[in-house]
Amino acid sequence: MTVSAKGPSKKLIDRARVIRWEIGGDIHERLVEAIYTDAARIADRAVTRPGEERRFDLDRAIDRVVTSRIWGFPIMILLFTLIFWLTISGANVPSQMISRVLIGSVYPFLKEGASAIGFPWWLSGVLIDGMYLATAWVVSVMLPPMAIFFPLFTLLEDFGFLPRLAFNLDNIFKKAGAHGKQALSMMMGFGCNAAGVIATRIIDSPRERMIAIITNNFALCNGRWPTQILIATIFIGTLVPAHLAGLFSAMAVVGIALLGVLLTFVVSWFLSRTWLRGELSTFSLELPPYRPPRIWQTIYTSIIDRTIFVLWRAVVFALPAGAVIWLSANLSLGGQTLAEHLVSFLNPFGLLLGLNGVILMAYIIAIPANEIVIPTVMMLTVLTAGLTGIGEGAGVMFELESTIQTLDILTAGGWTLLTGVNLMLFSLIHNPCSTTVYTIYKETGDLKWTVVSALLPLVIGFVVTFLVAQIWQTLAAL
Amino acid sequence: MSEVDIKQARKDAPCETCPVHNAANLKKLGVDMQEWDFVIALAGNPNTGKSTVFNALTGLRQHTGNWPGKTVTRAEGGFEYGGYNYKIVDLPGTYSLLSTSLDEEVARDFILFGRPDVTVVMADANRLERNLNLVLQILEITDRVVVCLNLMDEAKRHGLEVDHRRLARDLGVPVVPTSARYGEGLDELILAIHEIATGETRTKPHRIKALSPELETAVAEIVRELERVYPYLPNRRWVALRLMDGDERIIAAIENGELGTIVEMEVIAEDPGAGKTMEAAV
Repeated sequence: MTVSAKGPSKKLIDRARVIRWEIGGDIHERLVEAIYTDAARIADRAVTRPGEERRFDLDRAIDRVVTSRIWGFPIMILLFTLIFWLTISGANVPSQMISRVLIGSVYPFLKEGASAIGFPWWLSGVLIDGMYLATAWVVSVMLPPMAIFFPLFTLLEDFGFLPRLAFNLDNIFKKAGAHGKQALSMMMGFGCNAAGVIATRIIDSPRERMIAIITNNFALCNGRWPTQILIATIFIGTLVPAHLAGLFSAMAVVGIALLGVLLTFVVSWFLSRTWLRGELSTFSLELPPYRPPRIWQTIYTSIIDRTIFVLWRAVVFALPAGAVIWLSANLSLGGQTLAEHLVSFLNPFGLLLGLNGVILMAYIIAIPANEIVIPTVMMLTVLTAGLTGIGEGAGVMFELESTIQTLDILTAGGWTLLTGVNLMLFSLIHNPCSTTVYTIYKETGDLKWTVVSALLPLVIGFVVTFLVAQIWQTLAAL
Repeated sequence: MSEVDIKQARKDAPCETCPVHNAANLKKLGVDMQEWDFVIALAGNPNTGKSTVFNALTGLRQHTGNWPGKTVTRAEGGFEYGGYNYKIVDLPGTYSLLSTSLDEEVARDFILFGRPDVTVVMADANRLERNLNLVLQILEITDRVVVCLNLMDEAKRHGLEVDHRRLARDLGVPVVPTSARYGEGLDELILAIHEIATGETRTKPHRIKALSPELETAVAEIVRELERVYPYLPNRRWVALRLMDGDERIIAAIENGELGTIVEMEVIAEDPGAGKTMEAAV
């Protein structure tokens, strides 16, 4: 019983090796072949096909069109435009209603209540003008478009749309030196970049995974869709006649999303030729059959999982942000409020980028969550420009009248069409939110690459907005 | 005898109807079996409705995490049936268990080393041939299998007739037709799982037959060798096939003694040296 355990097992392994040599040839292949043969025989016995000839297959017919070289991309772009158009034109009425209740009725009621109980002005300021108003803005601006956009997007997902999109994009990703599966993590990023970063786990090669992680931020996420939709409605939609406003705004948003995809390719290409050089790996992508979407279930889960989730996150971040904004606009230092100090400090830099100090400050406050950028911008503009008489209405941003009202506020704050366009660009191209950065750190466990993922988009964003601003101003001066 | 007594009795005396899972190895794989009677592995090709079935069986009793030391996501959950607590572990969706991708390694290791009490293999009724490749590989590793023949609704729409009884006879394990998206067949699936877990159903799993005679002879020889070294190993033939294929992972498992831990023996638990003795008792 003192025989070493190594003995017999070692002999066993050696014997297996010898036999493998004796037989020769590719045993793996023969084994796989044997399995396939058995599988085919058993399947053949169990399955009865209807008639000999191949029936018309609807799935294959649809796939032939939506994944075709010529029609694939136009169809996908058209579908996205349709979804945004429905979102933008459908969000008007409910957004106005919510705003009327939250800001038109509840807000004055709270103010009166606070003064009746005898709240000091600063307390009601922080609580009601700051925290409550920021939250009310977030809810009335974000809830309606999300409640329309997410169910529509989820229905497409449920139908089997995303794998086709990935299939169409796969080839371009390979040409960019990245993994084809990056198309899938990018799709996930359109929902949430943190989720997109986690989704890169499907990519086995560390090099290609890192490319996918760094570029995921260029997929426009939930938190940024509302900013894009809103700014497009205000600045692009008002450029064209009213009946075309929705369509043009939608096209502008799709344009920004496509620019994000383009940047993904360009940056992937750049990384795979510089710091992340290496072998390409291959994979096979299966197109699942189209399945009739379960409409009610999808709407239910998309509202619970996505709409409420995103809204909740926005509200959680809007509460403290509202307090910070109000405090910074009311605490004075040497005759000027804190916000005025910061905004005027950031302003020259902002103007260089075709933005302004308010937007940059909003982005600093919004590092935890992109969702609150627009409410922050609005509040800071109103507070620092010293505008009065806008309590209600300012939150109603989708209805045409108030779109113009919002435009008036922003123009009074010194905004131009360039500011709008560059805000859309900067919203696409800037550092990921802190949740995503944290996720990147957890997934890679590497501080250096986390910093690169956070700063690379920011630098690109500065460069792009700077160039656009300079070219724009040069052209305008001509 | 109350239910608790029966369960206690089952735990005390190893028997036909006892859980077969390897609690120690399961713990290493990140599954704690306290409070659970049986562990179910859920395997299958991608896009077969695996998550749908998982969600339907567990409801809200689930949570997600990672496989220990791996960046592969794992979901696990549980349900109760017939007085037993079943734990379900959702394995990564794979087309085979023969390659070295991380997903396949995770799925294979769980079935081999964790010895789940039942392995449910999802199969798409519309793509039976391709799905059977995985089923046949799993049948080589474990005989405690239920095949869930899903997407029957789609098969019907495409005009396919799938004879699940014929399939069950050929595979030698229960085959349950389901349309998980519509909740059809899930009760039958749970019953089939229960009957395998409690030993009420015995299976006669299909073995890969299309091997050339020369390969068969070689496999038989290695199986005999394995029998001497690991008298309690339940899936010798599969291990032999992997050795023939030169699977590094299996060779390593033999070298470091991990393979010997598959069969959990009271002796080993009591006497750390007994494991070695068993291996050496040739």
